[in-house]
Amino acid sequence: MIGAIDKRSMLLFALVAVLYIGTGFVQSWNTTLTILNMGLVSAIMALGVNMQWGYAGLFNVGVMGFVALGGLAAVLVSLPPVGEAWAAGGIRVLLGLVLGAATILAAILAYSRMAAGRTRTMTMVVILVGGFFLYRSVFDAGVAAVEAIDPSSTGFLGGLGLPVILSWPVGGVLAAGAAWLIGKTALGLRSDYLAIATLGISEIIIAVLKNEDWLARGVKNVTGIPRPVPYEIDLQQTDWFLDLSARIGADPVAFSAVTVKLCYAALFVVVLLVVIWFSQRAWNSPWGRMMRAIRDNEVSASAMGKDVKARHLQVFILGSAVVGMAGAMMTTLDSQLVPSTYQPLRFTFLVWVMVIVGGSGNNWGAVLGGFLIWWLWIMVEPMGLALMEALTSGMAEGTWLREHLLDSAAHMRLLTMGIILLLVLRFSPRGLIPER
Amino acid sequence: MDFLNALVALLNFVIIPATAYGAQLALGALGVTLIYGILRFSNFAHGDTMAFGTMVVILCTWGLQGAGVTLGPLPTALLALPVGIAATGLLVIATDRGVYRFYRRQKAKPVIYVIASLGVMFIMNGIVRFIIGVDDQRFVDGERFIISARTFRDMTGLEEGLAFRTSQGLTIVVAIIAVALLFWFLNRTRTGKSMRAFSDNEDLALLSGINPERVVMITWLIVAALATTAGVLYGLDKSFKPITYFQLLLPIFASAIVGGLGNPVGAILGGFLIAFSEVGVTYAFRKVVAYLAPGDWEPTGLLQLLSTDYKFAVSFGILLIVLLFRPTGITRGKSI
Repeated sequence: MIGAIDKRSMLLFALVAVLYIGTGFVQSWNTTLTILNMGLVSAIMALGVNMQWGYAGLFNVGVMGFVALGGLAAVLVSLPPVGEAWAAGGIRVLLGLVLGAATILAAILAYSRMAAGRTRTMTMVVILVGGFFLYRSVFDAGVAAVEAIDPSSTGFLGGLGLPVILSWPVGGVLAAGAAWLIGKTALGLRSDYLAIATLGISEIIIAVLKNEDWLARGVKNVTGIPRPVPYEIDLQQTDWFLDLSARIGADPVAFSAVTVKLCYAALFVVVLLVVIWFSQRAWNSPWGRMMRAIRDNEVSASAMGKDVKARHLQVFILGSAVVGMAGAMMTTLDSQLVPSTYQPLRFTFLVWVMVIVGGSGNNWGAVLGGFLIWWLWIMVEPMGLALMEALTSGMAEGTWLREHLLDSAAHMRLLTMGIILLLVLRFSPRGLIPER
Repeated sequence: MDFLNALVALLNFVIIPATAYGAQLALGALGVTLIYGILRFSNFAHGDTMAFGTMVVILCTWGLQGAGVTLGPLPTALLALPVGIAATGLLVIATDRGVYRFYRRQKAKPVIYVIASLGVMFIMNGIVRFIIGVDDQRFVDGERFIISARTFRDMTGLEEGLAFRTSQGLTIVVAIIAVALLFWFLNRTRTGKSMRAFSDNEDLALLSGINPERVVMITWLIVAALATTAGVLYGLDKSFKPITYFQLLLPIFASAIVGGLGNPVGAILGGFLIAFSEVGVTYAFRKVVAYLAPGDWEPTGLLQLLSTDYKFAVSFGILLIVLLFRPTGITRGKSI
């Protein structure tokens, strides 16, 4: 199943490999590996989005939110718990959250159990308003207590202190939970509504990450998330490593950086292979055929007795879980969670460009798109700068226009991505490796 | 118990800002809803269209200010507005020719248009960042206040001041004019009627000899005018920053959907509903309650339902409630 790649795809993958290897020769192997690692993560994100779009035709523009939830998982799983904060208000915060959830649950129960009418509306309003104030009175005091504990270095509850790799599946579960919530409400309505709903939830998730300091320190960022791979500094002090680098004649410092990146790459490759194996199995299974039948004609699929809404919800949750897992991997790679870096253009729309360019409905296409577009995203900036320098070389030093053009070269990325997306959509709408 | 002061505080911090914001959202939502009614897709590039128009206006305003031309008490940006509308009109017509027309001929599915609009969004965003950068730009000039807090206090002798900014007054006036013009156009002119006919039933409209390309072009021009106006008013009222305009997409879409996609009256209602909820939910009512409470009692908390950082959550929450209980919006727009 994995081997079923034709010549054209092989050629395209070889081309992308040449791009990466070329970067290694022209710039440095360290740079190549940095791009490769994020390329691997991007490929997994693209696979997740491809499940939703390629398999089922669901338009999810909240990728950023799921990525961020994965990042949150990395913090919550791997950091050591802050004992003082838990003692000061941890239980209270949790109790507040439970109360909030109970309020919503009670309102939903009231809505579904009571007969429609004024009594039901009044009961729901009373439950929601009363519950909200109860929740705030419990929750706010807990948050204040937690955030008061040494705010410059902690001021949050911390995590569970478990190995960071565990956070990858946990990130998937968190994202799946959010996806279930959105899917329950927005699936089954017109496709645009899902798009708007996912756009909204992703902005809210980022707002929560930025503002709830007790959770993950908000804009104060969490740094120093433990790694699943050795640290460079430790490698440089181990004998076998020094011996090895001496034997191949490499500088231990540079070699240790490359080794660490290679370790990450190995971990990511394993995950990517697992995800793509499952994706391909699913694609070729009766389940995959059913999804495509639903995608291509919902009416006839439901006439055949397929539960369209339930299948959509299922695939939406699966795809989001994969994206969430990739988000946790990315935060692990960065060793930090910086909520302000989550930009929709970078995390939502770029992943979409990857899927469309690579080939929607083809897993290998999504992977190719992930590697190719990520490489371009990194490389367009220096290329744009070089282009601008060439364009402005005729102008006098220090002219206003020249300075402005050189400064703006960084924004070439968005322009290029937009043009690539439009060109592919128009002239090769099925992508580089089309669906078969 | 001090009813007057409470009312003034409420006006000052909730009603006036929310009305101005609501007018801006309504203008934006009108653009989205028109595109949806005529071209039948949700235009994700709308926020960046607004940003582009505003950018042109800002550049013109700077030029005019540099040349010493001003409008006295009014912001110079008003003079530059027609230029911005013209430039944005040209841009969106060019986009339609270059991108959307192809899919119209192919009779592509709506979601393909949406993806194409993502590409357009990238490009417009890139252009705006390329020309004016990512930073905050201020371009407001002229008289800052119609009534400043101090004048109001001197005038009425009340403890609480009421500030009514020029940009807020201007927003409300311009929005009323724009909406009146739009409705006059849609209901009274032949072209407007053909647009409504096209939106109601495309095949029937084609049969009665309405030229679809003309309808589409006029729609884009109106949308460009509405988007630029909304963007400039928002920029005058707050400030111009490309990313903020992109983020306006959510409340604007929420307004259009809540009001019923494809329905202009609904877009206006939705805009005000979203704006009032957003401001109302994120405002700290402590002061108002303190005035209303008997004696010297003051509430201990801020009495703020949500912190201002969660204003997205408000539009989103309303959107969810409407989607769950009335998917066609409050005025029965098109759906499903």
